[in-house]
Amino acid sequence: MKRANLEWSALSILSFFLLWEIIARSHVFPSVLFPPPSEVLSAGYDLLRSGVLLKSVGQSLLRVFAGILLGLALALPVGLWMGRHETFDRSLGPIIGLLFPIPGIAWLPLLIVWVGLRPSLPILLIAIVAFFPVVLNVATGVKNVDREAISAARTLGSSELRILLSVILPLSLPFILTGIRIEVALAWRVLVAAEMIAIPTGIGALLSRSESLLQIKAVMVCLGLLSLIGLFMDFSLRHVEKKLTANWRVS
Amino acid sequence: MIDIELRKIRNYILKDIDLNIEKGELFVLLGPTGAGKTTLLHVVSGLIPHEGEVLFNGKSVNRTAPRERKVGYVFQNLALFPHLNVKSNIAFGLRAQKWDPARIEKRLKEVLEAMDLIHLADRYPRNLSGGEKQKVALARAIAPSPHILLLDEPFQNIDPRSTKMLRLEFKRLQRDLNISTLFVTHQLPEAEEMADRLAVLNHGRIEQVGTMKQVLSQPQNDFVSSFIGSPNILRCLSCTALGSGLMEADCDGMKIIVPYEGEQVRDIRILPKDVFLSSENPPGPYINRFKGQVTAYQANGALKMITVATGNHLINAEVPEWMASSHHFKVGQEVSVVLKLGKITVSEG
Repeated sequence: MKRANLEWSALSILSFFLLWEIIARSHVFPSVLFPPPSEVLSAGYDLLRSGVLLKSVGQSLLRVFAGILLGLALALPVGLWMGRHETFDRSLGPIIGLLFPIPGIAWLPLLIVWVGLRPSLPILLIAIVAFFPVVLNVATGVKNVDREAISAARTLGSSELRILLSVILPLSLPFILTGIRIEVALAWRVLVAAEMIAIPTGIGALLSRSESLLQIKAVMVCLGLLSLIGLFMDFSLRHVEKKLTANWRVS
Repeated sequence: MIDIELRKIRNYILKDIDLNIEKGELFVLLGPTGAGKTTLLHVVSGLIPHEGEVLFNGKSVNRTAPRERKVGYVFQNLALFPHLNVKSNIAFGLRAQKWDPARIEKRLKEVLEAMDLIHLADRYPRNLSGGEKQKVALARAIAPSPHILLLDEPFQNIDPRSTKMLRLEFKRLQRDLNISTLFVTHQLPEAEEMADRLAVLNHGRIEQVGTMKQVLSQPQNDFVSSFIGSPNILRCLSCTALGSGLMEADCDGMKIIVPYEGEQVRDIRILPKDVFLSSENPPGPYINRFKGQVTAYQANGALKMITVATGNHLINAEVPEWMASSHHFKVGQEVSVVLKLGKITVSEG
């Protein structure tokens, strides 16, 4: 982002909080239901000190990472295989097309019945949700690799494994990373929803517990944190993508 | 060094291709788009299935995987690896073939120096010009010291002004490496400049194999003669040896001196571009100079095709536009026709 853009964004966000503070302090709405940001911030500090916040966020993050890794571990080979073999692509494509539109959270009832309320439940749920965008993006990326580049690697003496690792994977990396970015965003959404409905730990659970106790400040702390974590993850992934591909990608 | 033999190669494009490429030869595959030239390179490198047999030094390589054929291939789109810099592109084959790192470094330095690429070593392909990319692709292909070199229209996307240099450089390199080479092109001048021998391909068939001179002077069928631009053919009735390798051929009234030491001349051939026309009597010796009259004049891009009646013959001359306009050629005009002695080819009677 350019410096001027950055300053503009900062100014805009600052005004948002300022306006919120003014409206909240003018007591147009009851302050229990609409607390000013300054009080939300201090509530956040208390939650942090008590350790509740860190514990909840930690649990959620752990689930997200485990789920994403599991999803990736399944999606990468399947996507590669689909990208390389047309028959496989044509056979599996329709099935994936059929399952992809199901909203992630809708898998929850089925998983509760099949797996039960275990720690592995949210991880499996995320893995399922994460699987689809990565498979499709990896397959597209692999199909987009210049066939002559693969032939060149082959005539230069490469084994199939080397072709995969040093030509196909790096060249489909931009697509794979896009898939992962979509995956991470979806994973967060579905996890928070699942934690609010069925799983008694994590930031989603904290959110719904606070709601039932009418601790609006705690609810707002959670929302703010979710926003920050989402932003940070997307930013980091974009950064990784840039580091890995900026040298050679033709924009 | 390796010689290549193709026996009854057949697939969805190629129809019974038989071909021998000798050790160290620069063999050109010439033909229009879709003739099967690239497909033939794919067959030799083992990239596509086919019927028939490919032999290197008499041994079938049908069951040898592409990566074990030791073939250097410069692809039509060059197929550089965009995610690797020049150095890593060139070292790719060396690493794939598990050379040890010290040897890779040494070879890399050698190739970069030989191809004058040192200053580009750390650049990525997107930051190279067409000519530079072409050099990198060639360097990558020759780095692992292949036994055979395959080039698919390598100069196609390069500024025409620099292709001439690159062609000459390549030809010298090919001689130095002494490597059997198959070179694909659809351009006659490129074939003329490069070929030791060539095959003219059309619709998956070989129309003719020979040296450039043979193909130009004795096109074996209509396709070849139309593809190379039909030469003037003059039938000869009798001929007289003049000594010192020259012969005077009497072609229905035109006495033409040709470089020939055989017995009897059947016909002589000369390409329209080797016929010189002048509105005035040109200076120089009076060899193969005839008077004639322009009977037709047609534009063919930057070239003018002018037909001149001389004696009982009609001779076509291809004249660059600037020359045509400086001589003000027009139909009915008297002109001098000179058949360039060195460009005349002879077929025996």
